[in-house]
Amino acid sequence: MAEGESEVRWDGLCSRDSTSREIALENIRQIILRKAECLRSVRETPYRPPDGLSNAVSLDGLNKLLAHLLMLSKRCPFKDVREKSEFILKSVQELGIRIPQPLGQGPSRFIPEKEILQVGSEDAQMHALFADSFAALGRLDNITLVMVFHPQYLESFLKTQHYLLQMDGPLPLHYRHYIGIMAAARHQCSYLVNLHVNDFLHVGGDPKWLNGLENAPQKLQNLGELNKVLAHRPWLITKEHIEGLLKAEEHSWSLAELVHAVVLLTHYHSLASFTFGCGISPEIHCDGGHTFRPPSVSNYCICDITNGNHGMDEMQVNSAGNISVSDSFFEVEALMEKMKQLQECRDEEEASQEEMASRFEIEKRESMFVFSSDDEEVTPARDVSRHFEDTSYGYKDFSRHGMHVPTFRVQDYCWEDHGYSLVNRLYPDVGQLIDEKFHIAYNLTYNTMAMHKDVDTSMLRRAIWNYIHCMFGIRYDDYDYGEINQLLDRSFKVYIKTVVCTPEKVTKRMYDSFWRQFKHSEKVHVNLLLIEARMQAELLYALRAITRYMT
Amino acid sequence: MEKMSRVTTALGGSTLMGRTMHCHLDAPANAISVCRDAAQVVVAGRSIFKIYAIEEEQFVEKLNLRVGRKPSLNLSCADVVWHQMDENLLATAATNGVVVTWNLGRPSRNKQDQLFTEHKRTVNKVCFHPTEAHVLLSGSQDGFMKCFDLRRKDSVSTFSGQSESVRDVQFSIRDYFTFASTFENGNVQLWDIRRPDRCERMFTAHNGPVFCCDWHPEDRGWLATGGRDKMVKVWDMTTHRAKEMHCVQTIASVARVKWRPECRHHLATCSMMVDHNIYVWDVRRPFVPAAMFEEHRDVTTGIAWRHPHDPSFLLSGSKDSTLCQHLFRDASQPVERANPEGLCYGLFGDLAFAAKESLVAAESGRKPYAGDRRHPIFFKRKLDPAEPFAGLASSTLSVFETEPGGGSMSWFVDTAEHYALAGRPLAELCDHNARVARELGRNQVAQTWTMLRIIYCSPGLVPSTNLNHSVGKGSSCGLPLMNSFSLKDMAPGLGSETRLDRSKGDTRSDTVLLESSATLVTNEDNEETEGSDVPADYLLGDVEGEEDELYLLDPEHTQSEEPEYVLPQEAFPLRHEIVDTPPGPEHLQDKADSPHVSGSEADVASLAPMDSFSLLSVSHALYDSRLPPDFFSTLVRDMLHFYAEQGDVQMAVSVLIVVGERVRKDIDEQTQEHWYTSYIDLLQRFRLWNVSNEVVKLSTSRAISCLNQASTTLHVNCSHCKRPMSSRGWVCDRCHRCASMCAVCHHVVKGLFVWCQGCSHGGHLQHIMKWLEGSSHCPAGCGHLCEYS
Repeated sequence: MAEGESEVRWDGLCSRDSTSREIALENIRQIILRKAECLRSVRETPYRPPDGLSNAVSLDGLNKLLAHLLMLSKRCPFKDVREKSEFILKSVQELGIRIPQPLGQGPSRFIPEKEILQVGSEDAQMHALFADSFAALGRLDNITLVMVFHPQYLESFLKTQHYLLQMDGPLPLHYRHYIGIMAAARHQCSYLVNLHVNDFLHVGGDPKWLNGLENAPQKLQNLGELNKVLAHRPWLITKEHIEGLLKAEEHSWSLAELVHAVVLLTHYHSLASFTFGCGISPEIHCDGGHTFRPPSVSNYCICDITNGNHGMDEMQVNSAGNISVSDSFFEVEALMEKMKQLQECRDEEEASQEEMASRFEIEKRESMFVFSSDDEEVTPARDVSRHFEDTSYGYKDFSRHGMHVPTFRVQDYCWEDHGYSLVNRLYPDVGQLIDEKFHIAYNLTYNTMAMHKDVDTSMLRRAIWNYIHCMFGIRYDDYDYGEINQLLDRSFKVYIKTVVCTPEKVTKRMYDSFWRQFKHSEKVHVNLLLIEARMQAELLYALRAITRYMT
Repeated sequence: MEKMSRVTTALGGSTLMGRTMHCHLDAPANAISVCRDAAQVVVAGRSIFKIYAIEEEQFVEKLNLRVGRKPSLNLSCADVVWHQMDENLLATAATNGVVVTWNLGRPSRNKQDQLFTEHKRTVNKVCFHPTEAHVLLSGSQDGFMKCFDLRRKDSVSTFSGQSESVRDVQFSIRDYFTFASTFENGNVQLWDIRRPDRCERMFTAHNGPVFCCDWHPEDRGWLATGGRDKMVKVWDMTTHRAKEMHCVQTIASVARVKWRPECRHHLATCSMMVDHNIYVWDVRRPFVPAAMFEEHRDVTTGIAWRHPHDPSFLLSGSKDSTLCQHLFRDASQPVERANPEGLCYGLFGDLAFAAKESLVAAESGRKPYAGDRRHPIFFKRKLDPAEPFAGLASSTLSVFETEPGGGSMSWFVDTAEHYALAGRPLAELCDHNARVARELGRNQVAQTWTMLRIIYCSPGLVPSTNLNHSVGKGSSCGLPLMNSFSLKDMAPGLGSETRLDRSKGDTRSDTVLLESSATLVTNEDNEETEGSDVPADYLLGDVEGEEDELYLLDPEHTQSEEPEYVLPQEAFPLRHEIVDTPPGPEHLQDKADSPHVSGSEADVASLAPMDSFSLLSVSHALYDSRLPPDFFSTLVRDMLHFYAEQGDVQMAVSVLIVVGERVRKDIDEQTQEHWYTSYIDLLQRFRLWNVSNEVVKLSTSRAISCLNQASTTLHVNCSHCKRPMSSRGWVCDRCHRCASMCAVCHHVVKGLFVWCQGCSHGGHLQHIMKWLEGSSHCPAGCGHLCEYS
């Protein structure tokens, strides 16, 4: 009967050679049709003893295949594969078998699908990026589709991620994915967890580990503490944490492994921020990305419900947006005006040193109280909590208790001079890749702001970057933190704060309510700044602790 | 640490005296600078700004410049410099972007003189003009350099580097108007102070930020630069294009570099991270530092030679809050600790060995073993008086010649190529290898193989009618696993997680295997038979209510069985996993005494083996009724050690692989690993790449099996523009041309590409093979006589 899914080879589709893709597709078509045929004959032969179990199993297998095919038909960078996949789906449907429908509104729940680049309409450069990404992972994930607003960054991002997960490195492959899962789970990011659970199993990880951190090897369990502190209060990392990991008898980490793990943790913490910050939808072929029910029944997914974003929500916001169009128009104008003022008057009035220091402290303290009002507890959509322990440990309870964040002076330990050297020494080439990524993210600009062209946005970008670092207690001696107050309004601060510190609480309302006149691509740009600044902040604290351990 | 040697140098009237000493500062230092009179040093940091007098025995704090109620950020110094003409003039660069000058001649307690707040970002470096009294230069993170005249309130001119972050600025010592600046993007620029509109010259010196530069005090136009890429480079700027003259590779990013006075080729460096030592390099000898100072416990942030004409005193400040004076005489000299030796094999097995004369003389009584009985020939190199390293130049060279034919290793090559290590039943492997050995005239080895066969295999194989004896026993056949991935690869495809889990466990631990096969036999409801106990090909059974319907897939078929997502070959190289290469022959004999023959085994009796070796090859062998299973293992172990000691590591490794788990547990991992590495090394020296790779693959030691998984990337350059091709292996992104064309069919080669090393033409493997069967000329028509072997 059914020979198992293992027969189906998706990898042939990743080839750049169209004939080998065709062969692979044909192969898939035959297998699927055979299965579908089998299933139908089982259903139609009444005198065969009803075997509910095996029927359900093979149906489940087929459905998985169909979901994958659906993903291909929408998200494969190769046109022939898209068309043929759709064709196969149709022919299965003709056999009387229900085929899946995609759920949700495209790659992001925040950004209307029509704003996002459609697969198939990309230019040559983007196509090359897509093809690379598809070849490496066998899929084009929603993160990629949203990031492609900024192809220059995306290229660097994919390169780094590929290197971290698949290239030479001190950690075994399944460890890398497991660490990714651990990191994403800290922010209850079911999207990333799902993605990496699949990858983890694919590289031969032990499924038992997925039942919770206590089932993973002691070595990974030891990392749990660092993961927790790094995600929520990186300034508390001390060299004792590092020492605890490096000197744990047979479960100890080597320095190189630890640096790899730290880079992975920070990468996935910040990627979780991006996922929530841009409202990334579940992948089509993953749970919650498709439905086998007829499309008319219900049109929103669980995540929408938990975040209070019903399909209706968009409508309301739109109508609200229409009313305040003139209002938000002034926002941009005001922002531009302020930037110009700051540019001009900078030399005239020079704040005293104490003033500068206190401005930083004020901003830091205030950043703790910047929180959205609708701050109720959100339960994670999928049970991701089993991947980490101590769920109560978060950013929130720290800010409520008003703990003091010590100041970290960037002039004494910065990424360019110190962090880079350390990472590159212990995990060669990665320092370079991350460095490039930081540079691209920090310097990325199209010199536009909403409807204005030829604007120097460096001041604004620097304010955002430094605001995030300020929340983590990182201070630049040469920055006037008064600028932040001038340039970032409250709703924007709320958004930044939520995305960076408690990304699981981001709602569509927050996303919509800041910078209302700005384009979606600009909001994604902001998100890129946020995640890179966050990653650098976490890295700085972790690497400083490692440096202190080493000296 | 407290070295008590003292040095006195007379320098035109004044005398410098001192010893290696250090004093504790209150806070980490960021930079230091020496006064013209070489008697005072200023230390600056985030929360320290003090002047110390250097006395003969100690440092004495002379002045604290950090005054005022509330220390402001203007006092948080990134850099400090003392004017070399005026003893009273100092300048500091503050982290908040302010440049401050200090006049020690001021009568008040606060010596602060002027404040320049023109830079928007941190100022990384300040520099006084070497001869002009009032000219100060600064370089900042904002990408600008500014030139100040201290008689005026603001800058005279601004130089834009057109890039982010100036890391260092230095006035040329010889050319009045020239200064050099280094940048975070790796560039070095040369400016004329009179022309702020554009730089005179720009070149890329390093990969990544250039942290520092220093002009040579005597040689006009020599500039030393140090960067994050761990290099120190010396450039000659007098030529039309900046020419790299020397390059020193250090072990950490270079934070500061300073030429040593009076020593033309020496310079001192300290690093930004990780490494705390200060090195003095002779640039002509870039591999070993000439001297090393190891006093600091944290990174050194500032170095300065005490006097511009005295090479023996070096001052340094560090993050560990100490200020040090180092005496060159007290430096440790790594060269002295190193034993310069060289060893090389000649083409015909000759061995040349060079060492320091003293070492060879000391050992002359002992005759080195070199595989032949001829006396070594000694050469002595003449000392070259011009040579900078006279002390090391006297060395002896010994050459040991091989007797012709004596060192022939053809037996090794033949054996390596012909041995069969896996893929067949143990008995056959032993027989085969014995035959190979006999043919080469190595009778002892042949005999050993035959004995191994007798020890581990029954003389006659159990006929396959014994098949339904027990499936559980089937698992005890310890055949080396040919395709160790097959099992695992199949597993994800099976879909069910628990099943995957179990079959994975099987390959690792015997007990789990036992359980699973037991359940297989006894449990009728078991959904699937495990693919676990099949070594070379595997069993995939999908029971689904018909328990007797089992599929045994033959090896040809397995090709189509691959996991769902497999990385394609192009662009991103396929990688295996580093761990979890399930060692094949792990199922041990201890299964032999596991009686779990149950009544239901008839159900699986249809499990017919396709190949002769199949599931059941080892039965209860001869010994298992009479002798304990590991009766011979000590003997075999001793035998392996014997061969290894004899130098025949080939035999030891081959037996280890063939016999596998039966002896492995008796030999400790380290020894095994040692054997494997030696054998692989030998194989690679004989260019037996295929054999060596097979050995790596078959090894069970983790350290070995990851050998062929490292650096599996192949970088390809475009044949037209010579640039690396990043995204695809056959199309160049830059010149948009297909790079690798087949010379025969003129199509793009996307898979295996073979090319002639003589004329660099090539193409599809098949096409070239075919072509060269018929013709010996290059298919491209270049006239080269290509060879294909």
